[in-house]
Amino acid sequence: MSTGLFILILFVLAGLAPFTRRYLGNTAGWVFALFPFGGFIYYLSLLPAVNTGQLIMESHAWLPVYGIDFSFYIDGFSILFSLIVLGIGTFILVYAGYYMRPYPMKGRFMGYLVFFMASMQGVVVSGNLITMFVFWELTSISSYLLIGYHHEKPEARSAALQALLITGFGGLALLGGFVLMAIPYGTYELQAMFANPDAIRNSGLYLPALLLILAGAFTKSAQFPFHFWLPGAMAAPSPVSAFLHSATMVKAGVFLLARLNPVMGGTELWYVLLSAFGAVTMVAGAWLSITQTDLKRILAYTTVSALGTLVLLIGTGTEYAINAMIIFLVVHALYKGTLFMMAGNIEKMSGTRDITKLGGLYAYMPKAALIMGLALVSMAGIPPLLGFIGKELIYEAKVYAPSWRYLVVVASFFTNVVLVFLSLRLWLDVFGGKTPAYSKKPAEPSLALIIGPLFLVLASLVMGLFPATIATPLTSAAVISVSPTIGAIKLKIWHGFNLVLGLSALTVLCGVLVYKYKEAVIGFANKVNLRYFTREFAQLFSAGIEYFLLITKAQTKNIQHGYHRFYLMTIFVVASILVWSIIWRSDPLVLELDFSDMPLNLVAVVVLIVTAALSAVATHSRIIALIATGVIGFGITIIFIAFSGVDLAITMVMVEVLMVIMAVAVLYHLPRYVKYSATGARMRDGLVAGLVGGFMMVLVLQAGTSQLEEPISEFFKEMSYSEAFGRNIVNVILVDFRALDTLGEITVIAIAALGIFSMIKLAREQSQIKKN
Amino acid sequence: MLILLAVLIGVLYGSAVYLLLRRNIFKLVLGLIFLGHATNLLLFVASGLTSGYPAFVRGLAGETGKMADPLPQALILTAIVIGLGVTAFALVLVYRFYSVTKTVDLDELSENE
Repeated sequence: MSTGLFILILFVLAGLAPFTRRYLGNTAGWVFALFPFGGFIYYLSLLPAVNTGQLIMESHAWLPVYGIDFSFYIDGFSILFSLIVLGIGTFILVYAGYYMRPYPMKGRFMGYLVFFMASMQGVVVSGNLITMFVFWELTSISSYLLIGYHHEKPEARSAALQALLITGFGGLALLGGFVLMAIPYGTYELQAMFANPDAIRNSGLYLPALLLILAGAFTKSAQFPFHFWLPGAMAAPSPVSAFLHSATMVKAGVFLLARLNPVMGGTELWYVLLSAFGAVTMVAGAWLSITQTDLKRILAYTTVSALGTLVLLIGTGTEYAINAMIIFLVVHALYKGTLFMMAGNIEKMSGTRDITKLGGLYAYMPKAALIMGLALVSMAGIPPLLGFIGKELIYEAKVYAPSWRYLVVVASFFTNVVLVFLSLRLWLDVFGGKTPAYSKKPAEPSLALIIGPLFLVLASLVMGLFPATIATPLTSAAVISVSPTIGAIKLKIWHGFNLVLGLSALTVLCGVLVYKYKEAVIGFANKVNLRYFTREFAQLFSAGIEYFLLITKAQTKNIQHGYHRFYLMTIFVVASILVWSIIWRSDPLVLELDFSDMPLNLVAVVVLIVTAALSAVATHSRIIALIATGVIGFGITIIFIAFSGVDLAITMVMVEVLMVIMAVAVLYHLPRYVKYSATGARMRDGLVAGLVGGFMMVLVLQAGTSQLEEPISEFFKEMSYSEAFGRNIVNVILVDFRALDTLGEITVIAIAALGIFSMIKLAREQSQIKKN
Repeated sequence: MLILLAVLIGVLYGSAVYLLLRRNIFKLVLGLIFLGHATNLLLFVASGLTSGYPAFVRGLAGETGKMADPLPQALILTAIVIGLGVTAFALVLVYRFYSVTKTVDLDELSENE
């Protein structure tokens, strides 16, 4: 089996999913889950080899000329992410298969989920930046489809669009960043970049490339100030929130930063930008989660906070920070996936997910309460779950951070206190306390709904209990992939009595205290929010989009005004400016007025045509205009005759007669001329007409006196009689040499005739209908 | 003679442009006709002016002496015929336009939207 084939199979499965419901029925979730589970086993089997430092490469030619291939680059970090995506994906599919039962188009929903899984798997194993970009955008698209799954609800549609616009904007920036990054290397292959990180850093493209890539990563991973789309994405069904918007897709930005860390990381700028954005996001997410009452929105804001923590750790870049980042990545995916699935279960079983309307559920669903409790213990960072090790490492990384130590430790302390508080609140306010009146009697969720959360919590517990034997081998290769210069720390649960442990204890204590005075704390937070953060970012964003649309509309109205003559005038004026500027710069024409080659009869004809043209323009009478048009046509006929255009003259005579007859026939039905334009408008139009007529005149004089190429007519002259047996060369060209052109010409006439016929027929039928 | 014809072509183009910029739809069609004439004449003049020698092969042996360039003439001939088709179509379109909208003012078309 190969990675390329595996991803292809997933995409095919996604396409087939909507049609499988008839055959699989309610077992669809279990059947679909077999696919990611197979992938999970496959990547797990690669782990021993990768742990010894081996790389697994695979490449399929795509656009080799541009250095773009479907290539896969699998190291420890890719494996770890694949295990998260496929492992959690397995349980999500089981869960979704059951959870989505009451909803229509379940098959399509499962298809979207698998489509996302395939895309996300593609991102984490890509070895080529363009390959990665394609998969990256596919995750955005699948996220759009999944958030907007309840498309009959306007808020779901707008949340989906918002997420798509923000991540789409980021994706565009990211593409720019990737292109810049590839310039010094001449290839998009990651391997080439890892081999020579200095090439980009010394090229001067580093700064723009970095800023663009950060824009892509920060929007995807919901960093402040782009964080608001993530809580909005909670409009999606719970399986989506548990999978995309906590465990996997939102981590794509974090993944990208960690993946590029060996090339782009380690600079002062990297450190400052990532630390600043990460820290602000971490604190803002935690702060905003305090006042939320919707279970899923509480979890969404803590996810924002966790993503900030991850970015901050990548920015810090020390040995402890990178180790902490990898462990926290796993910890967070495990507990947050669980919590979202449980939030979905609680809503399903009790009819609400508003924490103020919940309580006393332990009596109805003790098993669910236990599972959720364990996940919350992990979130709070309390032993013996893996969350504790994660939090210890984070504290350790921050206590030994290279600069701004105190600020970072305080921010981190605040965040963790909030997490402890929320853990207590999410358990005690949901499962403990008084039982409010539920719309239906709550019951224990069925096996398919809790098997996923159960396994994820158990994984967290087992890794927490046996950090050295299970967690370390899973993560050590990932640490080295992200930062080759440092080593993986051997994980352990007991570090002895030290500063970090003291900090942990203090965190828990403060968390408990905050919970004790929760009314006061939430009230205070609400007051601050009302006072200082009155405008939500989501509203600002929608307002921005609306203004953008207004400006576009106004601009379109200005350019696409709907007046044909101003469109024409634009063309004429621009053409005049261009041509006159060229005439202005070219050599002046030398003209010799030679009256000897001007036969009087032709001069008379020219004067006649000019007079007719001017009177056609100036007249107020339709008939005079029409007669003038006829005069022009016949005048030109005379010029054709005078200069050897016999066939032209014959054709012109017939055409002119026809044209005048048709014009009279139409004119008969039309009203008299009315003066529409003011004198000013007429003078302006006259000026434009003069400019165009003038440059055409100069052009004729230029063209008449210069010959750039030998005419190709010699061929026709020679072959006309010898090959085509015709003496009239013009005729021979038309019916013999260029017969196909003539066929085309006849076709045009036929189509025009057809059009005219149907227009007149339509008019007759309409008038008959009116009469009847 | 070239100068004279150049002036003529310039006047024809100028008139065509002026008519195309009118609001009356019938004048628009007139402008179209003028534009066709002007362009045909432009092609004709640009190929060189030859007086009194049509593009015929003379004599039994098929001699080709001095004669007008036949190729531009063939092009112009095609253009004249297609111009007729376009004009006829445009005229009927104008007729239908008026019978549906009861106006020949093109501005009313955009204001009615």
